[in-house]
Amino acid sequence: MIFLRRQLPLLITLITGLLFAGQYYVPHPASEQMLTSATKWLQIIGGFALILGVTSLFHQHAVKITRQEAGWGYSLVLYAGMLGTIAAGLWADGKEAVDGAMTAFGWVYNFMMVPLQGTMFAILAFFIASAAYRSFRARSREAAVLLVAAVIVMMGRVPLGEYLIPLSGDVSSWILNVLNSSVRRAILIGVSLGAIALSFKIIFGVERSYLGGGKE
Amino acid sequence: MTMPFELIVGAWVATGLTLLIFTFLYKDNPLFKLAEHLYVGVSVGYIIVKTYDTVIVHLVVKPIIDNGEVALLVPVAIGMLMLTRYVPKAAWMSRYAFAFIVGMGAGLAIPRTISSFILKQIEDTVRPLLSLAGPDGVTFSMNLLNPASNLNALIILFGVGSVLFYFFFSIEHSGAGKAVARTGVIFLMISFGAGFGYTVMARMSLLIGRLTDLIEFSDASYGRPTIWLSVLIIGTLIVLGRRTKPTPPEV
Repeated sequence: MIFLRRQLPLLITLITGLLFAGQYYVPHPASEQMLTSATKWLQIIGGFALILGVTSLFHQHAVKITRQEAGWGYSLVLYAGMLGTIAAGLWADGKEAVDGAMTAFGWVYNFMMVPLQGTMFAILAFFIASAAYRSFRARSREAAVLLVAAVIVMMGRVPLGEYLIPLSGDVSSWILNVLNSSVRRAILIGVSLGAIALSFKIIFGVERSYLGGGKE
Repeated sequence: MTMPFELIVGAWVATGLTLLIFTFLYKDNPLFKLAEHLYVGVSVGYIIVKTYDTVIVHLVVKPIIDNGEVALLVPVAIGMLMLTRYVPKAAWMSRYAFAFIVGMGAGLAIPRTISSFILKQIEDTVRPLLSLAGPDGVTFSMNLLNPASNLNALIILFGVGSVLFYFFFSIEHSGAGKAVARTGVIFLMISFGAGFGYTVMARMSLLIGRLTDLIEFSDASYGRPTIWLSVLIIGTLIVLGRRTKPTPPEV
């Protein structure tokens, strides 16, 4: 039983890991076909992973409603929004528009989801600004550099900024394309080295936390 | 020209939801929480429908029925194994699904990460410091505005090297190493500042979008929802504010 519960999953990881790492070095149509199929398989399995997450959300709010805990009315609103959207989506076959005409699902997307999402992220502008005021006060040389770079990029992204500081557009582009990209490149190289090390650890069974806890 | 009914209702709903979220700028309140929960509900519902349509309908059902691709039942079975998490005695079977996904992800990641994120990035960083000019001459272009100029190539090389050195802890950052690491920090700070500024402006762009909608929906052809709903929401906030008794400070 220990083989089925503990060792077989590790064996599956080892075989699939080596197989798909090796696939990259085999430029044969069959190898490409295997990659295409495997990508499709991953998408399908990922769909089932969504069920796990959604069920957890369903359960959490259902418990809140049945026990009538504080704020259970909001959980009802969540349920109503979710079930209403699902009903509209299934009715419209998951399409926002049919022959150019907006479906009920498209209506939910355009007049509910887009405004809610847009506004939710838009209000972050205010909070980012207030957070910046607290944290950006140039208390050190590094903080001053950060502040100056942020101000130049902000000014360089809008016509008014370029009007007030004529060079800000060019300097902003230079910061983003040269200085920023060099840092991103360095971080990317570092993160990639870490990802490769982790991948090897997973394939060879050194890292097993993804299997979860449990008795065996 | 008369406005279609669904557009008018949509304008009222969109305006109402936008204003409900904006009430958070005043303080956390029941109206905001209502819109917040509705947002989560609608988003989850949307993802469920899209996943159902993309995965179940277009990747599983149609290929099996139309093309007889019964092999697709294998990933379905692997996916179903994930659901054994809900049966304590069979929960260990979900490990097969996770093992497959994680193993495949790790296998796919190794060669592609080395190729795209390490070798390609190094190739773009280590560029010739001089350019060919004419049949037998070389030049060093100083144009900062051209990311491909020789001066910028030198700056990028130094930036990448100093930032990598800053994160390299196997040798002590002292003497010349300290100066290089300090330069790396300056590069990092500039990048964080640029990232911050860029994010702020992206949020501002969203804010402008929402305000543009509110201005458009204040038009008489929509029934002026912006004005009426603003009055209604401000009134509700005042009523809610009066009903909420101030709590005495804890001693």
